[in-house]
Amino acid sequence: MPLLKRLAETGRVPVRFTLDGQARTALAGDTLLTAVLTQSAQLRRSESSGEPRAGFCLMGACQDCWMTTESGERLRACSTFIEEGMRLLSGAAVQP
Amino acid sequence: MSAALQAVIVGAGPAGVRAAQTLCRHGVRPVVIDEAPRWGGQIYRQPPQNFVRSKQALYGFEAGRADAVHSAMAGIAQQVDHRPDTLVWNAEGGQLDLIHRGAIARVPYRQLIVATGATDRVLPFPGWTLPGVYTLGAAQVALKFQGCAIGERVVFAGTGPLLYLVAYQYAKAGAKVAAVLDTASFADKLAAVPTLLRNRSVFGKGLYYLAWLRLHGIPVHHGVQLEAASGSSRVTAMHWRRNGSLHELACDAVAFGYGLRSETQLADLLGCRFRYDAVQRAALPERDAAGRASVAGVYLAGDGAGIMGADAAEWAGERAALALLADAGHAVDEARASELEEKLARLAQFRSGLERAFPFPQDWAAQAPDGLVICRCEEITAGELRRCVRESGVQELNRLKALTRVGMGRCQGRTCGVAAAEILAAATRSTPDQVGRLRGQAPIKPLPFAAALAAGEEAS
Repeated sequence: MPLLKRLAETGRVPVRFTLDGQARTALAGDTLLTAVLTQSAQLRRSESSGEPRAGFCLMGACQDCWMTTESGERLRACSTFIEEGMRLLSGAAVQP
Repeated sequence: MSAALQAVIVGAGPAGVRAAQTLCRHGVRPVVIDEAPRWGGQIYRQPPQNFVRSKQALYGFEAGRADAVHSAMAGIAQQVDHRPDTLVWNAEGGQLDLIHRGAIARVPYRQLIVATGATDRVLPFPGWTLPGVYTLGAAQVALKFQGCAIGERVVFAGTGPLLYLVAYQYAKAGAKVAAVLDTASFADKLAAVPTLLRNRSVFGKGLYYLAWLRLHGIPVHHGVQLEAASGSSRVTAMHWRRNGSLHELACDAVAFGYGLRSETQLADLLGCRFRYDAVQRAALPERDAAGRASVAGVYLAGDGAGIMGADAAEWAGERAALALLADAGHAVDEARASELEEKLARLAQFRSGLERAFPFPQDWAAQAPDGLVICRCEEITAGELRRCVRESGVQELNRLKALTRVGMGRCQGRTCGVAAAEILAAATRSTPDQVGRLRGQAPIKPLPFAAALAAGEEAS
């Protein structure tokens, strides 16, 4: 179940990416945070407790939305825009 | 133009933009560094280029102001060296260390206007790290910058003007607002009315939001105590107490905050002297009425030097730029400078009224349970901080940080700093003033690994 709900600006160009190996579609101009949380409920897991996290401040201050790509790159989800072909990992169990 | 002028402005919100515009009017070409891709700051944050909503839809009553700030910057875009998507992560010896899309760079300055803005002031409650729990600012960014609500059924909690504004914006945009839970009492608001009336337009808007929410059947509760957010892998309910009785409200998102806190880390790295401000309950970089910091050549403007709001930020940005110009030997309009100072002084009185209407919950630390996570980077609890105080006798915040790692994580205390100071003050029976303030350290925000490596090589 997604966390975020789109209320406006839905007529944008689709962008394809993968989340935990699954093909997904976002919209051009989405941040990684929006792209992921409009279809899922977490961005990462806390290094300390392993609990799911989904960002907090959305303005680059709290640093609680850093995601990992399949190639090991780390990206701050609230301030990085989604790009075609990105392969993101959220630490969630892969859904069938 | 004077040869001694090499001006850099950090931040392209209302303060930074007006400062840049003022410098340009005097023939000075400043560098304007901003973390965001587009100018406007947080309050007038612009969505990505391909978004289509009108400014009226995005900014409501503030559409005119937002447009004025955006247009001011657009009008000087060719005259400034604008560096979007760029973070200042260190300041040393007249140079700023920057990172832009993973690449490091340096920019020298002789005059620096620090307009770094603010973030939400956060006091946690149990469950605040659950997915679906965000700051009020975050809820607003989701809507304004991405066209999204943070959930289907949202609880707005805490206190401050943003509480009502964001709840209103959500309801207006078609989101379901489950309730507004204000920790301040209605009596606090009534007591503040005489002071708030000094600024009728701002006060009027605040009353309008409250009335609108009530009129649209949205429950607004005053004088509540936030107990916890609950849920297993995401938030599913908010729990709160009022007049002794416990309430539970089903929701899938919570936005909360207690006013704003100034982003002061850059001023700290620059060596600015700080002073505790009892009204804002925070140590703030000192500045004179024009915005001059204690360090020569450094000027402070906008919410980054104390929370005064967007209108004040515009005036302070212009005033600081005039001070910079005058200090560098330029002729400036002294009457305009005085007028700006008078406007700022008048607004400062209004500011104290806001603090009365939305007071800081002084009993927060006493109520915080031992199991409450204070630092969400490293998950350090109130109980761990209190135990450290008991066992080590620590009384100072940076010492507590060294011993427990609170404020040492990736956010450098931006999120937990206020709460950690309150817990320490309560545990040592002192005040936030006496426990000191968290020191800023470079890099003030995390660098990607490759960039950190490159920066290290260059330094060695």
